[in-house]
Amino acid sequence: MSKRPWPFVLGGLLVALLLAGVVSNYASSHPDGLDSSLLKGCTVNAEDEITGGSCPAQRAKDHELADSPLADYGVRGVGNGFLSTGLSGVIGVLLTFALGGGLFWLARRRGTATAGTPTAPAGGTATGPADGSSEPAGDRDARAAGAR
Amino acid sequence: MDTLAMHISNGIIDGPVAAIFAAFALAVLTLCVLRGRRDLDDRLAPMAGLVAAFIFAVQMLNFPIFTAGVSGHLLGGALAALLVGPWVGALCVAVVLVVQALVFGDGGVAMLGLNITNMAILGTAAAYLLIALLLRVLPRTPAGLGVTAFVSALVSVVVASQGFVLQYWLGGTVDLGGNLAGLAGTMAGVHLLIGIGEGLITATTVVTVAKVRPDLVYALRARKPVVPAPAVPATGGVR
Repeated sequence: MSKRPWPFVLGGLLVALLLAGVVSNYASSHPDGLDSSLLKGCTVNAEDEITGGSCPAQRAKDHELADSPLADYGVRGVGNGFLSTGLSGVIGVLLTFALGGGLFWLARRRGTATAGTPTAPAGGTATGPADGSSEPAGDRDARAAGAR
Repeated sequence: MDTLAMHISNGIIDGPVAAIFAAFALAVLTLCVLRGRRDLDDRLAPMAGLVAAFIFAVQMLNFPIFTAGVSGHLLGGALAALLVGPWVGALCVAVVLVVQALVFGDGGVAMLGLNITNMAILGTAAAYLLIALLLRVLPRTPAGLGVTAFVSALVSVVVASQGFVLQYWLGGTVDLGGNLAGLAGTMAGVHLLIGIGEGLITATTVVTVAKVRPDLVYALRARKPVVPAPAVPATGGVR
């Protein structure tokens, strides 16, 4: 009855890959609204490091995972800045799609019966043979949600 | 451009307050999973994955605002609420923030609850309240949808920025000498300008999707009747 979403989703994913992989290199490198507000009152050098004064950001600490191979939206070991930023963006888009899409797919309502009718036995048996019994699937979803 | 941090970094808000907001965020996201499952079907699930990936991409695109030396970027709450609904939408933004904190070193891991509260929960909630209101009073035209998207996105960014001010009031690590109003004003002013960018991006994206595939825009689906309708065939123009 309804059109499938996949062609649109694939097209949208391509746009996202283009934005994160190429256009991201033309983004402004100035501190964002939060950062700049937190630096108000301090003096900073060209690298936006605090050199003096008093401001909300002066006790900021390093990130727990500052040594991550993708930290600060670059790929460690890739010297070319354009390539490093673009590649990190592409990885990020694919990773976000895989993680988000995967979790949403696991958590979705099975079947396309009318909303809120889990009592219909036909739906349960129809999906049964495909992915095993529905109980383990529910457990998996609960764990996936809890893990976050 | 050594560090590219877009979200709350470690050491800005103290540990206990960050922990409280982590618990709050976890509770609300759990509610979002429970309520969102009603919306999540075979069509919305891949769409939600796309929305998360798209928000990740556009968050990388810092744009200049009128204030020199300051940039802004999409938060995405309004966009997500329009395309996949408020419950799943909040989860989409949360997924982006989790990936950014755990993989890209952006936004402290200990600060994740604070960032999720501001951008995924407050931003999306504020946006959806306005979306529900505006779509009821504005004409159901591309212009009406565009204005709805612009206004809800703009307001959601300012609301999210004030969420941070509340958190700083509760647990900021540097004493502002009673000048919290100054921080609130600075944050609101900057994020009003960023909100214009957020509004333009959100409106352009949603109107484009509505032109290509209106059936994939959650906000354009026929709304359920407020009063549980008796089992008579619908008379309205429900698709």
